[in-house]
Amino acid sequence: MRLLTVLPKSRVAQREKIISLALGGSVILLFLIGWEILFQSKIVNPLFISAPSRVVLAGITIIKDGTLLHHLGISAREFALGYGAAVVVGFPIGIILGWFKLARATFGPFIAAMQATPRIALMPLFIIWFGLGMTSKIIIVLLSAIFPLIVNLQVAMGTIDADLVQVARSYGATRWQIFRTIALPTSVPFLITGLRLAAGRGLLGVIVAEVFGGAEGIGYMIQYAGSTFQTDKVFAGVLVVAVTGITLDVVLDRLGRHFGKWRSEAAVH
Amino acid sequence: MDIIVSKDLKKKFKLKHGQRVNNNGVISNEIVVLDGFDLKIKKGEFLVLVGPSGSGKSVFLDIVGGLSTPTSGVVYLDDKIVEAPSAKTGYVFQQYALFPWRTALSNIEFGLESRGVPPEERVKTARELLALFGLSDFEDRFPYQLSGGMQQRVAIARALATKPEVLLMDEPFAALDAQTREILQNELIRIWEGTDTTVIFVTHSIDEAVFLADRVAVVTARPGKIKDIIEIDLPRPRDGDIRSRCEFATNRHKVWDALKAEVNKAQQDWKLAPAFAS
Repeated sequence: MRLLTVLPKSRVAQREKIISLALGGSVILLFLIGWEILFQSKIVNPLFISAPSRVVLAGITIIKDGTLLHHLGISAREFALGYGAAVVVGFPIGIILGWFKLARATFGPFIAAMQATPRIALMPLFIIWFGLGMTSKIIIVLLSAIFPLIVNLQVAMGTIDADLVQVARSYGATRWQIFRTIALPTSVPFLITGLRLAAGRGLLGVIVAEVFGGAEGIGYMIQYAGSTFQTDKVFAGVLVVAVTGITLDVVLDRLGRHFGKWRSEAAVH
Repeated sequence: MDIIVSKDLKKKFKLKHGQRVNNNGVISNEIVVLDGFDLKIKKGEFLVLVGPSGSGKSVFLDIVGGLSTPTSGVVYLDDKIVEAPSAKTGYVFQQYALFPWRTALSNIEFGLESRGVPPEERVKTARELLALFGLSDFEDRFPYQLSGGMQQRVAIARALATKPEVLLMDEPFAALDAQTREILQNELIRIWEGTDTTVIFVTHSIDEAVFLADRVAVVTARPGKIKDIIEIDLPRPRDGDIRSRCEFATNRHKVWDALKAEVNKAQQDWKLAPAFAS
């Protein structure tokens, strides 16, 4: 007996997906071809605009000579440490602000003010305080990534279903049990959203911070290549950043789907 | 023997800031929902509360369940004053209130989990209850994958899992369509007749009240107190066919007779009802 099974994706939906992929892909392809033609025809100074073929070649070169791996490794470490710290610190802060009214009243305005401050504009200060090394970048990532987490988890605590709390209370559940069995599961979709936003902000933070000052990292590599007119390498670096960003987002989206199985299809999309 | 005794129960609610009500000419920012609510419930009986909207039936359940404290007066459960949720009571809410991230099985386990029952025992009890409600094939379903009727079966199963002596049911079938509702009434009565659980059941449906109850307690318009108690003299075990019997109509008429005046009274000031939503 197959009652109430979730309907498998119909063929129509699959065909629609293929068509939309083909449409989206062809625009990107056309863009790359146009770019290449612009370069080969020398309408614009080739030095300024590079070309897809040259970006690929530059990419291969920096992979082969180890430049990319070195800089990527540095940036990855800065990102991972800053992002990790943001999660470890931001998650409890968001929960506490959402759970305790008094905490919200006390720290809410301060956090709102911090959030409104453009973090990257503080970079000169962080360089003075923490030097040109990794620490100043880690701080920037931390400060960029932490606010989306705090805000999302705080909001999550406000969406707790009062009816469920009544159920738990009727079984004599303690406040801690209510927190563990209701507040935490409620927070999961918000945590995932927060993680995705934080990843984007953090990635931006690490690249901009490296462009700003320093001697290592993908941002530095892009900045250095730019100031020495190696446009191919600039594009190669930007491509690496973009691919990293997309990968992170896809991974977090998958994670969200895995933990969001209990939500109806309508709510996931 | 009486398992629940409420004595001179009174419950007042403060209205939200800026709201006022007119109580028989007196303007006030308070609303009295229960006043002099006296009721004795016998062990093992199925008692149904009917009354106009806003007459405090649900508030009474909340007080018995320990989720709300009375302004004055007391409720005894097994001769002890109810002050907090008791392990002897189970609660079924109108909106099902299932945990959306838990499967049917795991929802039923919830109460046992809160009380520290070991996992194997929890699962065993939960599976038995699923079987009792004919939901064995659905144990891994999340609530959104179940129909309203199935969700409410799971909610009732969850309440029964802790083997409560008193089951409090607050309009549990109100959100269901008429046919599903009858089916669930039949199931509830079949399952209940095999236990010695005391049930306090709130409903707006007189048919539902007569079909399920040993006694129907009619509550007055706000402030609520017991107006009349009607013994339902229909034989047990009952099945769905009893609804079309002549005695059923007689009993139905008796309840409606007691209720009519109160409903009319409540209609006069029904505009106040939303004000005490909390």
